[in-house]
Amino acid sequence: MGMTMTQKILAKHAGLESVTEGQLIKAKLDMVLGNDITSPVAINEFEKNGFTSIFDKTKISLVMDHFTPNKDIKAAKQCQQCRNFADKYDILNYYDIGEVGVEHALLPEKGLVIAGDCVIGADSHTCTYGALGAFSTGVGSTDMAAGMATGEAWFKVPSAIKFNLTGKLNKWVSGKDVILHIIGMIGVDGALYQSMEFTGEGLRSLSMDDRLCMANMAIEAGAKNGIFEVDDVTFDYIKERSTRVPEVFKADPDAKYNRVIDIDLSEIKPTVSFPHLPENTKTIDEAEKLNIKIDQVVIGSCTNGRYSDLEIAAAVVKGKKVAKGVRAIVIPATQQIYLDALKNGLLEIFVEAGMVVSAPTCGPCLGGHMGILAPNERAVSTTNRNFVGRMGDTSSEVYLASPAVAAASALKGCISGEALK
Amino acid sequence: MKAHGIVHKYGDNVDTDVIIPARYLNTADHKELASHCMEDIDKDFVKNVKEGDIMVANMNFGCGSSREHAPIAIKASGISCVIASTFARIFYRNSINIGLPILECDDAAKDIEAGNEVEIDFDSGIITNITKNKTYQAQPFPDFIKEIISKGGLLNSIKK
Repeated sequence: MGMTMTQKILAKHAGLESVTEGQLIKAKLDMVLGNDITSPVAINEFEKNGFTSIFDKTKISLVMDHFTPNKDIKAAKQCQQCRNFADKYDILNYYDIGEVGVEHALLPEKGLVIAGDCVIGADSHTCTYGALGAFSTGVGSTDMAAGMATGEAWFKVPSAIKFNLTGKLNKWVSGKDVILHIIGMIGVDGALYQSMEFTGEGLRSLSMDDRLCMANMAIEAGAKNGIFEVDDVTFDYIKERSTRVPEVFKADPDAKYNRVIDIDLSEIKPTVSFPHLPENTKTIDEAEKLNIKIDQVVIGSCTNGRYSDLEIAAAVVKGKKVAKGVRAIVIPATQQIYLDALKNGLLEIFVEAGMVVSAPTCGPCLGGHMGILAPNERAVSTTNRNFVGRMGDTSSEVYLASPAVAAASALKGCISGEALK
Repeated sequence: MKAHGIVHKYGDNVDTDVIIPARYLNTADHKELASHCMEDIDKDFVKNVKEGDIMVANMNFGCGSSREHAPIAIKASGISCVIASTFARIFYRNSINIGLPILECDDAAKDIEAGNEVEIDFDSGIITNITKNKTYQAQPFPDFIKEIISKGGLLNSIKK
C-alpha cells in the first residue's frame, strides 16, 4: 500500500523500506530541540540517569526564548543550567540573548531544519517545520534527553488527513485565518494522533511564512505533525539558508487518508478564535458585531512574529494611532526580523502608532512576562492558544487572530476588521 | 500492580496550561510543581488530594503544551493513575516516559463520578468502581510500551 509524506520520511529514518499506520518504530533524528523551560527537566534526567555523552553536537539546539530576557532569578538559573550544559558538551546551536529568537522562527531562519529531516523538540509547536517538508513533532523532556543521548526516538506511525488546497487567499487573509478556519471545522482533537498533510494547487499562493504559521498550529487540532508538499517556494527558502541538500518525499498516489478535506482559499475570511479553545472560531464579520472591547493586543510569537506578519501589521497601523486604553505589544520573533523591521522603518511605524516593540521572546503568549492580563481583561493576540489563564489571570480572555485583524482591532479598541475594508 | 483511591473528576480538553500554569515553570522541582497542580481549574485539588487518589477525565486530556511538568505535577501530587476517554499524544508519551500510569477507557471516563472509590488492576486493565459496584475494561498497553514501563521509564530502557 502507498505511503503518506510523513510515513515515507519515518520509513527512511527508521531504515525501513516501508511502514504502515500504527507500527512502532525507532527513527534517527536530524535535530533535537529544547528551550529554557523544557531543557532543564531534560538535563536533570540526562544527568540523573548517568549519561555522559551526546549523539552529535551539531544536531542539538538549545534556545533560551520563553522567559528571556530572564524574568526572575529562577528563570535565570534555568538558562544558566542550559548554558553550562551547552558548554560542557560543546553544543553548537545554543542561542541566548543577542542571538536568540523564538525557537520555531529561529530554526528555519538559520537553516537548521530542511525538507526530509526528522526532528523532535521539547515544545509542542515543533510541528512548525512541517512547512519545510520535514517530519517534526513535539515531545516531552524525557524524550529530549533520550534523543540527545542516542539520536533516536520511538514513534507510532500516524495515519493522516489530507487537505487539498485550491484557489488563492484574498487581501488581508493569511495562513493564520486558514488554520483557524480548519481547527474550527475539525475541532481541537480533530486530528488526534494523525498527520495533517497539505497539498493541492492552492499551495503555490501560500508564502513560507503562511505555511510555517499553519503547520505551527497543527498541534491545536491534536495532530502529531503538519506537513506541506515541497515546491519551489520551499526550495527557494532553504537555498538561501542551508548548504545541505533537501530530500523530497511525495505521498504515493494510493496513500491512504482517513479523510480528504477540500479547502478553497478564496472562500476563507479573516477568522477569530474565541476563549477558551482554538476551535471556537467566528469570521471577523460575526465577531465584530459583538462589539467586544479589548485591553491588549499582542503581535508576535512562533505563529505570527515573522517579517511578513510585521509588514502586514505596519501596513494597517501606518499613520494611525492605537485606540486609547489599548496596550499594543509587537514582538519581532528573531534578531534578523527585528533588524529587517528596523531598517525598513516598520519599528518607527509601530512606535508612532503608540505600540511598544519588545525584544524577541515567547513572553506573553504563555503568560510568562512582557504583557500579562489582569482579571477580566481581554486581548486579541496573534499567538496560538487561548486556554483559561494562558496570558494571565484565569478570568482574562484571549482572542486568537491574524496580524491584520490584531492591528485593526488595536486601532478600534474592540475586535474589528474595519481598517481592512 | 494495582492502584486504589478516591476520584477527582474533570471534563473534556483539560489542557496542560491548567494542569500546571506556565507562571510556575521557572522551576523543575517536582514538589513545587505539585503544589500548583490543577490550580487554574480546581483551586481545592491540592488541598483535597491524597496519596493514591485517581484522576478521571473525558476527551483529549493533556492537550496543548508539551511541558513534562504536567504529568510530573500530577504524579508528585500523589495521583496514582489518570483515566480518560482519550489523551493528547504528547501527554500520553510523557506519562509513559516518566512512569505515571494512564489508561484510556471511555466507559470508565463517562461513568465514574467525583468522589467514587476506584481500584485498578494494571495487569488485566480492569477498573473496578467500588462505590457503584461496576467494572470497566481499559485498553491494554502495546508490548513495546509495557517494556518501557517494566524497565522503569524511557531512560532506563535505553541505558546500555
